[in-house]
Amino acid sequence: MRGLTKGYVLRRLGMFVLTIWLGATLVFIIPRLMPGDPVGAMIGRMTGVGGRIENAELLIAAWRAKFGLDEPILGQYVHYIGSLATGDLGYSLSSFPATVTEMIARSLPWTIGLLTVATIISFLLGNTIGALLGWRRTPKWVKRILPFSLTFTSVPFFMLAMIFIYVFAYGLKILPATGSAGRGVTEAVTPEYFGSVILHGILPVMAIVVTSMGGWALGMRGMMITSDGDDYLILAQAKGLRPRRVFTRYAVRNAILPQFTALALSMGAIVGGSVLVEYLFAYPGIGYLLYEAIQTSDYNLIQGIVFVLVLTTSTAVLIIDLIYPLLDPRISYQKR
Amino acid sequence: MAELVKTIENSTPAKKRGINRFDSPWFNPRLVIGVTMVGIVLLIGIGGPLVWDMNLVYVASSPLNLPPAWIHVAQPTPEPVAVATAAATAINTSSGGLGGSSMLDLMESTPAPGRGNPGDVGPGNPTGDPKHPLGTDDQGRDMLALIIAGAPASLKVGFIAASIGMLLGIFLGFSAGFLGGWVDAVIRTTSDVMFTVPVIAVLFVIAAFLKHLELNEMAFLLALFAWPAPTRFIRAQALTLRERGYVRMARLSGMSTMGIMFKEMMPNLLPYLAASLVGNISGAILAEASLEALGLGPTRVPTLGMTVNYAIRGTAILREMWWWWGFPILVLIFIFTGLFQIATGLDEIANPRLRGVKSQ
Repeated sequence: MRGLTKGYVLRRLGMFVLTIWLGATLVFIIPRLMPGDPVGAMIGRMTGVGGRIENAELLIAAWRAKFGLDEPILGQYVHYIGSLATGDLGYSLSSFPATVTEMIARSLPWTIGLLTVATIISFLLGNTIGALLGWRRTPKWVKRILPFSLTFTSVPFFMLAMIFIYVFAYGLKILPATGSAGRGVTEAVTPEYFGSVILHGILPVMAIVVTSMGGWALGMRGMMITSDGDDYLILAQAKGLRPRRVFTRYAVRNAILPQFTALALSMGAIVGGSVLVEYLFAYPGIGYLLYEAIQTSDYNLIQGIVFVLVLTTSTAVLIIDLIYPLLDPRISYQKR
Repeated sequence: MAELVKTIENSTPAKKRGINRFDSPWFNPRLVIGVTMVGIVLLIGIGGPLVWDMNLVYVASSPLNLPPAWIHVAQPTPEPVAVATAAATAINTSSGGLGGSSMLDLMESTPAPGRGNPGDVGPGNPTGDPKHPLGTDDQGRDMLALIIAGAPASLKVGFIAASIGMLLGIFLGFSAGFLGGWVDAVIRTTSDVMFTVPVIAVLFVIAAFLKHLELNEMAFLLALFAWPAPTRFIRAQALTLRERGYVRMARLSGMSTMGIMFKEMMPNLLPYLAASLVGNISGAILAEASLEALGLGPTRVPTLGMTVNYAIRGTAILREMWWWWGFPILVLIFIFTGLFQIATGLDEIANPRLRGVKSQ
């Protein structure tokens, strides 16, 4: 607990709040900068569905009052932040009686589960590969084979995802392409259900892992090579420690630290990228919900989802930031 | 002593042999490969319109659903039943999830051309036409023309967005790292916060609100979010450079702050900056292709991502029209791999320790 000083925790919490506030403000500003009026667009959509609408002006005025759009912009902002703080994200426009909070609560666990599993697997695999590649004593044949695992490093996952769907789901027919569980399987705590969930998760997880582990591997390799000739490694070898111990406790232990910072920094990209993965695999997570919300112009839902995405990312970053000093006791983060 | 002399004698000619004009670090093999790959794409984009009829990118300019030219399967009559059963088995095996799937739902709702229309050249009759070497999509667009038009467009958007982001990053990063104080605090905090915001989700929202994006608008939109990475990186570099001897010397001799930043420090960061720019270009192209694949990109100009989007919406996978999504994806992968090789090569030039570990 040496590194986890009060000042450090407070500063990280400050960053956390600041990020969320900025995210909320972005979500508030973007629709208001855009051309068009959400209520007018809604009426337009209703007209498109149901023909002419009686007393459209009254309806517009009522809705504007209901959504607080007749207030001055500052009042709207205060109102908006206030309702966010109480967890009220409003009603969905396209599936009206449902609230945004409900819809997000239903899909968020899928996204968090998928991304956590994929990120952990990718981080562990990538760093192992990178560490082995950057270590002098790694057998030559291992060093020859490992680079092949990095072939897809530069390929964005949604492209690989389509190839995977074609090969594994359509061609070989061994894995399901879409959804999070089989259609006939009831949602209950049964081995059958869990098996189905895992089976459906394999392709999306694989697409994320195969394309993202190369980045970790390259970073790790660079760190291992850079720290290769450092004094503590030479001392450890001179002491006659077994090479395996030098590798795990000295080389990797130190080289992996910047990787955690990188993990915290790439969290935004990981969460944002999930939108595409879920769209391609029709995975019922929050990314797919966002895609549907965009398709149906459900502005409330869109805003709610982006806010929750910012919230999720910054929570993940906060957790990593708070774990980091425990891993690296040298850092005290005290102001000098 | 004699041994020492011997080793010196032995080593000197070896060194001399090593020095030739290809010994410059800029002849890094990865860099050369990467530049060649991106160059090929550029050549296709520039030379393509000279040899290929670009009017074929328009809808209904070609026959529908043609496979690539080299596919000649003797199949006398199109069999609608076979296609339908193939689709049905695919649906069964890939049992969809709770919300159903975009592709399967579309598959069920839209009648696929080639099913039931006797005059239609569909997947039931896969014979290529040399006039359309890479095949055509289900709206009658020629794939080769789409690729010739789309590949340079992607590179262009990536380049514009990344360059603007880079310029912003250079300016902000140098200011933060060199000036320090509250300037640094503001810039660093803002870029750290921007890092945490899932930019691509915000981009989706903006694109969804804007409805119709032009290619250049999209480049500027991407640039708005492309500065935090270079800013952070350049700030860190500027911090380490600030205390170097030659920078102090320049400061002592009364050089202006701008002069020190851009005349003294910048040239030393060039390989890093180049690597970072290339990384940003591929990031911007990825964001662009993602937006387009979701159907949020420009719709008037043919782009690779848009072709992928049409292929997804047209259920190309279930209709076995692999050329429809396969070729644009292959070209994108080719671009990304090339850019990645360039970035790695530049990294190795900037940081010599990364070179040549494999031989050990």
